Amino acid sequence: MKWLRRIYIAMVLGFLYIPLAVMVVYSFNASRFSMDWKGFSGEWYLQLWNNTGLLTAALNSLVVAVVSATLSTVLGTLIAFTLTRWRFPSRRVIGATLFVMMMSPDIVIAISLLVLFMLLGLPLGFGTLVLAHVTLCLPFVAIVVQGKLHGFDPVFIEAARDLGAGDFAVFRYIVVPLVTPAVLAGWLLSFTLSLDDVVISFFTTGPTFEVLPLRIYSMVRLGFKPEINALCTIMMAITSLAVIIAYRVFKEEK
Amino acid sequence: MRRDGLFRRLVIAATVVWMAVFGVVPNLLVLGASVSHPSPTTFLSPGFTLGNYALLLDGIHAQILFSSLKLSAAVTAICFGLAYPFAALLARAGRRTRHVLLVLVVIPFWTNSLVRTYAMTVLLNTSGLVNRVLFALGLIDAPLTLLYTTGAVVAGLVYTLLPFMILPLYAALDRFDPRLEEAARDLGAGRFQVLWYIKLPLVLPGIITGCMLVFLPGLGMFYVADVLGGAKTMLVGNFIRDQFLVTRQWPLGAAASTLLTMIMIVLLLIYWWSQRRIHEGKLDV
Repeated sequence: MKWLRRIYIAMVLGFLYIPLAVMVVYSFNASRFSMDWKGFSGEWYLQLWNNTGLLTAALNSLVVAVVSATLSTVLGTLIAFTLTRWRFPSRRVIGATLFVMMMSPDIVIAISLLVLFMLLGLPLGFGTLVLAHVTLCLPFVAIVVQGKLHGFDPVFIEAARDLGAGDFAVFRYIVVPLVTPAVLAGWLLSFTLSLDDVVISFFTTGPTFEVLPLRIYSMVRLGFKPEINALCTIMMAITSLAVIIAYRVFKEEK
Repeated sequence: MRRDGLFRRLVIAATVVWMAVFGVVPNLLVLGASVSHPSPTTFLSPGFTLGNYALLLDGIHAQILFSSLKLSAAVTAICFGLAYPFAALLARAGRRTRHVLLVLVVIPFWTNSLVRTYAMTVLLNTSGLVNRVLFALGLIDAPLTLLYTTGAVVAGLVYTLLPFMILPLYAALDRFDPRLEEAARDLGAGRFQVLWYIKLPLVLPGIITGCMLVFLPGLGMFYVADVLGGAKTMLVGNFIRDQFLVTRQWPLGAAASTLLTMIMIVLLLIYWWSQRRIHEGKLDV
């Protein structure tokens, strides 16, 4: 029975990893047109490096990911704090809305924001894309941080209050340090969500501001190219590294 | 104390405004667009009609919708069938193995889904690995057309969405206390009774979360259908995109989008119901 279980686990992992492994191997294949192995080559990586359009798109993606992860982390933490600490009329509605937003299919978020931006007359580009990505990421941050805030002992806050701390001081000196791991997790989550997104970017950015997933999308639709293998391999390597680092950080935290 | 109240009021106001502008209003706009008359110049024209929904549920549109729902249901079922035993084994594994396996599931979970979809095309290509293996085994004489079929879309969606099923199932099964199972057995419950009355209700929220995280993207991820299915397989997502960007029938697209939201709300209500059953002590655990 034990080996049967092992085989099952290996099969599922094989299903998850074989396609990626094949792609990585082909990214080093010297042949341009055939899928036969023609020897090891780093040519496609070199070509990526020389493709300025692609590099611009990659840089754009990184900028959007950093900016929207930072904004959604700040806003999401504030919202989580507001919802757990203070009572005000629309509190429950906001909690429910956050959950619904988190579960909403990307295409629904994309369409609804597109309609909003059109009505407001905002030109599609960097600004609208960041707003859209913050909308996408914020509920995740808020819910992760809220989970942490629910977990901690209110004694800390009460003690600080007794010592004369105001709302802002409590937030800055008690809440922020205590929830830092959750906030960091939220930031990383947002960063990867933003980099991973195709659907929302597709609708909310304009021709003036191209991001990497959309660039890849148009390349992939035109068919097989070894450069895509190389590009996708790099993206996968970055994600894997981020996951492993995050995992290490949070394991030590525990 | 005055600065205090100011900070609090500012933060609450910012929260309410942000959530209204980016959470509530956009969805209301789509809802509004879905019941407004088709117009070539504006998203929202005055007037009220249910015509867009009627159009959506009629003829070719209904066919697209129905086949997309069927396809996503199949993807969800396959993912569940694959993920459940895996998650159960994961929850029972030793600490070290579990950590390693979890990281191995989380990496594809975070890898760009377009990258993963593309990896699938490399595999399914006429000269790709699957065809090569089948050929080498003597099972086929000529390469099969695997790419640009509905099967490829199903495979691609299962491939990209499987981790989204494994992780919530694992979380739910990990929280499940096996002593409950033993206790029920000791009290004379049969295997089936244990599953039905003890395990299922407690694991249900996880199952629903997993199904939601697979079923909804399974309807919406238009690029998977584009890249793996050619233009032959249409998901609700492709349909919505085309209404907004190609044919410019915004109200029809908005109606389809509203339909997705309604499906999501039904699933969320089921989720809340299953959660509440646990927390309100209707299941005494």
